[in-house]
Amino acid sequence: MHRSFRHNAIASTITPEPVYQRRREVLQLLGLGALGLATGCRSETSSGMPTATEEIPGKNLTIAHRLDTSGGESRTSYKDATHYNNYYEFGTGKGDPAAHSGGFHAQPWSVEIAGHAEVTGRFTLEDILKPHALEERIYRMRCVEAWSMVIPWVGIPLGDLLKRFKPTAQAKYVAFTTVNRPAEMPGLSYPVLDWPYREGLRIDEAMHPLTILATGMYGHELPNQNGAPLRLVVPWKYGYKGIKAIVKIEFTESQPKTTWNQAGPEEYGFYSNVNPEVDHPRWSQKTERRIAGDGFSLLGNRIATKPFNGYAEQVASLYTGMDLRKYF
Amino acid sequence: MNRIDNIASPRIHAPAGGQRRARAGSGANTHPSPAPSLRAAGRGRRLFRDRVAAFKPLLFALCLLPLAALAWDIWHEALGPDPVAQLEHRSGDWALRLLLATLAITPLRRLTGWNKAIRFRRMLGLFAFFYVTVHLTIYLVVDLGGFWSQLLTEIAKRPYITVGFTAWLLLIPLALTSTNAMMRRLGRHWQRLHKLVYLIAVLAVLHFLWLVKADHREPAIYLGVLIVLFLLRLPKFAAKRARTLATAAPAQNT
Repeated sequence: MHRSFRHNAIASTITPEPVYQRRREVLQLLGLGALGLATGCRSETSSGMPTATEEIPGKNLTIAHRLDTSGGESRTSYKDATHYNNYYEFGTGKGDPAAHSGGFHAQPWSVEIAGHAEVTGRFTLEDILKPHALEERIYRMRCVEAWSMVIPWVGIPLGDLLKRFKPTAQAKYVAFTTVNRPAEMPGLSYPVLDWPYREGLRIDEAMHPLTILATGMYGHELPNQNGAPLRLVVPWKYGYKGIKAIVKIEFTESQPKTTWNQAGPEEYGFYSNVNPEVDHPRWSQKTERRIAGDGFSLLGNRIATKPFNGYAEQVASLYTGMDLRKYF
Repeated sequence: MNRIDNIASPRIHAPAGGQRRARAGSGANTHPSPAPSLRAAGRGRRLFRDRVAAFKPLLFALCLLPLAALAWDIWHEALGPDPVAQLEHRSGDWALRLLLATLAITPLRRLTGWNKAIRFRRMLGLFAFFYVTVHLTIYLVVDLGGFWSQLLTEIAKRPYITVGFTAWLLLIPLALTSTNAMMRRLGRHWQRLHKLVYLIAVLAVLHFLWLVKADHREPAIYLGVLIVLFLLRLPKFAAKRARTLATAAPAQNT
């Protein structure tokens, strides 16, 4: 029987920093032990396997654990999830990432770990991933533009990775940076955003067991257009928090500057938690258009948006006492 | 009478009223033809005139092409992962393009002296209204689905929807008064009313500009076209062109 990596980690390898102590208590309070159980003890291959009609490129990944949070909602097809997304480094059209990412080299890859941690430096992707078992996470993905998908990601819990670098007490936030390769990313030639793309999380959000670094989707390695070889997935936040093609992870003491927040502070907050009560100036966030299922449907795609994208039970306590209208 | 004078003169807005009558007159000549030159037309001239008239059904068919393409793509399920967004974007694009095409008629006449272009303006304008209505219908029926209560808050709270919806509302009276009968009844008020189209065009471009998150290049193209169309109406250009038109037009008619 497989034992959850997370259980091992929590039991033995955490630096006893106060912040993690607190997190552990919070998790216990939340009943996230149960969540861990649900993910931990099953060893089966991906249920996020493609439907019979879909052929998926890329290496097949070995998945140790599986967590389906979709609640029975139908999954987005691989084709849709990989041909309709925002990745402005390849162009601002929804089809641009799939169309223009063919020349991107996701291998070899390395990630720089910097900031307030005992272990820092540049590490190859292989070194980054080696100790971790890959998990499948079927998550809802809610774009700030009020459309959404259900995607089976494959990756590792970000917290498990971060702990290996032994962040210090000063590490209050984690900042991420996307690779900056104008020759391979045609969208970078136009300053639609302040490149390179940057995102950030509070350390407790980064350590939350739902937060993952994905290396694959639908049982296979990530295609370039979805952020290969390494991207962030934070299912209770708007999609743009899920930074792609990560080359730098930095532990910071102050809240990092993030790309969309800088582009439009009134529109995109640092937290960016999915919240139907706080509208984006351009879009109501009360409902969303779900892109899922294999069939073609024009009607009935709109559904109500849930607080924290339906993950309130697991994550709402991270924000206890915070005015979510102010910290949107 | 004033409106007849208007129609007979080579000024920009006026001949619209005369078009249909001219065409109707080509059969049984019951209506007084507005342009003396037309009345005096010989066989060859009628042929030319008919050719312009013959282009109208062609333009009508052309204007229906975007709709046909949408229908085709719905039928073949070729609208991509987010078909609703596709329908909204494409119907909106065509509404805006046709609106700008409508506004381009007057400068086109002034610049080229091709006066008969005016005969296509009403059709273009009505098709612009048609595509805006399709656009709004898709948003209401297909996109909002069962969440219609959201509509009112959206109109009130989203600036881009506020201006877009206002543009559609303002187009309604223009569409309703686009008939010859309404032109005659409204007389000089007709032109005043139809100056609303400038405001509508501004609102429509704002609608596009404001809904875009960050990459404003595409709506900027439409804004640029609109600005050019406005500049060509400045007295400086308009007066000069009108003068050349006034001198060129009679020569053309002989």
